[in-house]
Amino acid sequence: MEQLAITIHENYLWGAPLWAVNLIVMFGASAVVLMLFVAPFAGITSFVERRIAARIQDRIGPNRVGPQGILQFLADGIKSLMKEDLIPTDADKPLFILAPYLVFLGMFTTFVAIPFSSKLIVSDLNVGLLFIFATSAITAVGLVMAGWGSGSKWSMLGGMRAAAQIISYEIPTGLAALCVILLAGSLSLQTIIAGQGAYPWQWYLFNNPFNPLAFFILLASLVAEGNRAPFDLPEAESELVSGYNTEYSGMRFLFIFFAEWANLYIIGALVTVLFLGGWQIPVGVSEWAGGVASWFPQVLQFLTFFLKVLVFVFLIIQLRWTLPRVRMDQLMEICWKYLVPVAFVCVMGVALWMIIWPEGLPWMTYLLTAVAGLIVAYYCYRVIWQLRNTKATLEFNPFV
Amino acid sequence: MMTPMQDLAFAALSGIVIAAGCLIAFSRNLVYSAFALLGAFVGVAGYFVLLGADFVAVIQLLVYIGGIMVLYLFAVLMTSGIGDVTLTNRSIATKASAPLCIVLIILLGKLIYTTEWYVAAEPTEIAPTTAAIGNALLTEYLLPFELASVLLLGTLVGTVALARRGVKVIKKS
Amino acid sequence: MIQMQHFLMMSAVIFVLGIYTVVTRKNVLGILLGTELVLNAAALNIVIFGFYGNQTIESSIYALFVIVLAAAEAAVALAVGLTLYQNFKTIDTTETRELKG
Repeated sequence: MEQLAITIHENYLWGAPLWAVNLIVMFGASAVVLMLFVAPFAGITSFVERRIAARIQDRIGPNRVGPQGILQFLADGIKSLMKEDLIPTDADKPLFILAPYLVFLGMFTTFVAIPFSSKLIVSDLNVGLLFIFATSAITAVGLVMAGWGSGSKWSMLGGMRAAAQIISYEIPTGLAALCVILLAGSLSLQTIIAGQGAYPWQWYLFNNPFNPLAFFILLASLVAEGNRAPFDLPEAESELVSGYNTEYSGMRFLFIFFAEWANLYIIGALVTVLFLGGWQIPVGVSEWAGGVASWFPQVLQFLTFFLKVLVFVFLIIQLRWTLPRVRMDQLMEICWKYLVPVAFVCVMGVALWMIIWPEGLPWMTYLLTAVAGLIVAYYCYRVIWQLRNTKATLEFNPFV
Repeated sequence: MMTPMQDLAFAALSGIVIAAGCLIAFSRNLVYSAFALLGAFVGVAGYFVLLGADFVAVIQLLVYIGGIMVLYLFAVLMTSGIGDVTLTNRSIATKASAPLCIVLIILLGKLIYTTEWYVAAEPTEIAPTTAAIGNALLTEYLLPFELASVLLLGTLVGTVALARRGVKVIKKS
Repeated sequence: MIQMQHFLMMSAVIFVLGIYTVVTRKNVLGILLGTELVLNAAALNIVIFGFYGNQTIESSIYALFVIVLAAAEAAVALAVGLTLYQNFKTIDTTETRELKG
């Protein structure tokens, strides 16, 4: 970013002071990331989620606007924009208005530290991982504010549930991430990725037997932090109407939901960075294409990263429409009685592992990779077996 | 050493901090005061970034906003009763304490601007501090570090003990 | 240009606002909000002197300990506040005075 600002300053805008150019580049970069990446991603994810939900429930789903309904999110967005701006009489007006922006802010600041490829990152903070966890805390405050500001009991209960859930699940998230931080020796996301390789056996996921466990804990607690099913108690429609967003409509509702879908990307990106090698592509490929810094390897890196993230986005969406919702006491029990102690064991295990085998244990890595491969193969076999049993055809076109 | 951009950031942060501080000190609504804490914490974290303490800034955000602030919000919302929206947060003795506080800030200001502070040459570039802090905490500052963890354990047990007794009282009545 | 004095002055403003909150509030939670401001001002001061002083990381470590203590203080104080509320049905400091003769 700095270099881009200096280049622009020297070549095009030598009249303006450097700091002003820097500021403009900073705002410009965040606007570009927001408008060209996060917004379409969140919109299309909302459409995809509705289609997947429809298929799971044996419906068709939105298919009217555009080819196969893919422009549905634009139609919904425009509709929400044109709606009347409703503020309930009982609402605490300033808080009611401020809350969606806080939720949005907490989600969007995270994108500052999330890499897209080895060069494409807004800012490679040296405390990147902590920064991401810290900004997601702002979302919790925003949700409490939305719950309180609405002046409705459903919203209030939803907001309090959201806060309790988010601060509880931050602990297993942090501990599971610590397993990787120990191995990488850094909090910067780019350094963590640089410590891994392109092939599965070079990922931190298979580095030692504790990391797969930490991976599962991280995924589960990130899903819980994002208020996604099966942990979506704050917006449990069977109990709380719609939780903290009950009273919201139009643009403000859109803001909250925008953050929720963009959060899916953040969950996937964090898991990918920490355990699945991030944007790493085989060294041979990038050398063949003219060095890492040229544009083609960068695009490949971006696609690799994006593909890995998408796998998790689909996984989480399918989880939502497959698993039943847990109860509030079960939610806390899962966190404090199972995830936190197991995460502690993982941290201690990884530390011991690093002391005993500082160079790693190659055969263990290969063994774990093989086991994971077998599990994936068995999953595919089961899917095909089920399809054959029910006489359904395996259809790869999601829009049928 | 401070670039114009940092000056701008300082001015913006000061605006946030003063506004939030005034809301905490003078607002009649306790909920507003509690939410204003967010502004104060974010502002101070911004100062930490300007002062080259990146790790402390992030920890400030993580612990204060993620932990302490949400805790306060819980306490505010739980002690007021869910239906009671207009919380009063009355003040006492404002006539006596306001002049005293004004005198205090004037005295502090005079102290700050007249003292010859020791400033080491020119503050250098902002460097990452995380690794150095980690090393120091596990070598030179190991004892305070362990004491802090014992303190936190004690706090955990004590808080649970206090709060559990309250739960029992509710069950009886 | 921002100098050390400006930072110190801001820290003093936060400190005094915190003191004022502690002194004038009747609500236990209001008072606790004030103490948070005071603690934050203290941590800020330490970091300011560290940055303009000898540039060691000691200031950061002291600030971290201040944050740890603030977290512990908040947890205990809020538990006390909740217990107070359950026993008196109010957290107004002028009304909870059973020990006062």
